[in-house]
Amino acid sequence: MKTIKYFFLLALTASLVFTSCKKDPDEEPAPITPAATTGSLNLHFENMVDTNALVLNSQLYTNANGDTFNVTKFDYYISNIKLTKAGVVKYTESNSYHLLKASDLTTLDIALSNVPFDTYDGIEFMIGVDSARNVSGAQTGALDPANGMFWSWSSGYIMLKMEGTSPQSTSMGGALTFHVGGFSGANNTLKTVSSAFNAETAIVSSSITPEIHFAVDLSEMFKNPTTTNFATTNMIHMPGAAAKTIADNYADMFSVEHIHN
Amino acid sequence: MVAMNACEVDPIIKEELPANDIRFSVPQGWPQPVYDYSTNPLTTEGFVLGRKLFYDTRLSRNNTISCGSCHQQFAAFSHLDHAVSHGIDGLLGTRNAPGLYNLNWHPSFMWDGGVNHLEVQPLAPIDNPVEMDEDINNVVVKLQNDADYRRLFREAFGTETITTPLILKAMAQFQGMLVSANSKYDRYMRGETSLSASELNGLNLFQQKCNSCHTAPLFSNFQYMNNGLDSVFADAGRARITLLAADSGTFKVPSLRNVGLTRQYMHDGRFNTLEQVLDHYSSGVVNSSTISAGVVGGIPMTAQEKQDIIAFLKTLSDYSFINDRRFADPFAP
Repeated sequence: MKTIKYFFLLALTASLVFTSCKKDPDEEPAPITPAATTGSLNLHFENMVDTNALVLNSQLYTNANGDTFNVTKFDYYISNIKLTKAGVVKYTESNSYHLLKASDLTTLDIALSNVPFDTYDGIEFMIGVDSARNVSGAQTGALDPANGMFWSWSSGYIMLKMEGTSPQSTSMGGALTFHVGGFSGANNTLKTVSSAFNAETAIVSSSITPEIHFAVDLSEMFKNPTTTNFATTNMIHMPGAAAKTIADNYADMFSVEHIHN
Repeated sequence: MVAMNACEVDPIIKEELPANDIRFSVPQGWPQPVYDYSTNPLTTEGFVLGRKLFYDTRLSRNNTISCGSCHQQFAAFSHLDHAVSHGIDGLLGTRNAPGLYNLNWHPSFMWDGGVNHLEVQPLAPIDNPVEMDEDINNVVVKLQNDADYRRLFREAFGTETITTPLILKAMAQFQGMLVSANSKYDRYMRGETSLSASELNGLNLFQQKCNSCHTAPLFSNFQYMNNGLDSVFADAGRARITLLAADSGTFKVPSLRNVGLTRQYMHDGRFNTLEQVLDHYSSGVVNSSTISAGVVGGIPMTAQEKQDIIAFLKTLSDYSFINDRRFADPFAP
């Protein structure tokens, strides 16, 4: 009897294990497409402060308010990347969540795959993580809470994290802590970047993998429309009006510099 | 082979309970749960792993505090006789550790509702400097270095590479299985037993005076309410999350299932007994800007009515739940 019970247990266990092995739909490989209809396109992000390349720690910068500061951390999410042609979305990246970290140059290049051969003239993406993924439990990859971009006590992603110091800051050690997030309601910080390439195009073909270069200007966090005074605003670590003000500022920090075809 | 290996974890529990006991079902007459395992298929192996994680002190910085430290099964997974709990290094929190049961029906977690999904709930106490004060990345390293955990993760998820999302999925499998639906009240509702005259009178009074917030069958409406404890709020409650003045001093309405087992009471654990709780509602309610309309001026109850309501509340104690070996500490000797 006991043996029979164990066989039953074994069979059931095995079936349960197989069930559990089913992967999240997001993790399934992209459908195989016939050869020679899709290619790749690369995005390169260059972090800047005004017109200078961002150098962590050692370099001093000045914000629009005239306050001096350095940057020790600059991490942000980009999600839901789409390529457009004449205003029509022609390509949507699947499971499109990327965490870009100034401290890790490898994260500043994003390779889009399975891009249909075409000539694209615009791009769209979100700065931050869409609201759906903020309310869907334990996520993987770039969205893994272990990446330090998830608030445990008030569930939701930190869309952008900038840390540094400023002699004007009244926080301990002159700290600057800008953890910007909030995905719903009046203080939603999600921003959608929609950028036409102007006269340029990105041509995806069997022989061309274009590369789009973006400038990401950190100084935009602190100006236009609201100039940030580090003496009064130096620590944001939760969703709210202060976080939204910074997000409203940085909504225009991405610009297409040029495209290699 | 898989099943045999799993048996090595806790032979007593495995021996007693066939694998098919790890099933989630919605008790008769209950609404559909918020969390239904559709993105996290429930398995015996996932449950066993989640249980071990729940009771493992390695989730804390100095390996002293587990989830089970402040959520004790005999107290329906609350912290008996603790207004607020001692966390790591004996540090005190500011809120009472609630009982854990029927979590799959909760639309949010914590007294302020700050956690929006069962799977990410464990991150809050792990992160909290007065609770477990650990970086989840360190937890991953500790578990990855343990051969037994590598095996358990392989059995549960088909990989020995331990990650935060897998830890959280396993814990959700265990915690969601903590279903309490077999109290005397439940058996009465199923026609399996009867209530005493006092309990029955208490039930009727409860339906008139309490059920609009502590709504059956889960005995909570899962809203945020100010039940008139204070005129000045030492704890902003829900407003900590929403930053809205209208939410100041409001807290998530707790389920009253197992309330006879989960003292102390209120978000800060200020009351020791159910008598004190009912005295508060009858004569201790304090006015404030956000007070719930239902408690303004208090809820009139005679001494006899209070006794009867308490008799009824004690029928919500689920002794089969607190004695269910499936939920017991696998580290216990």
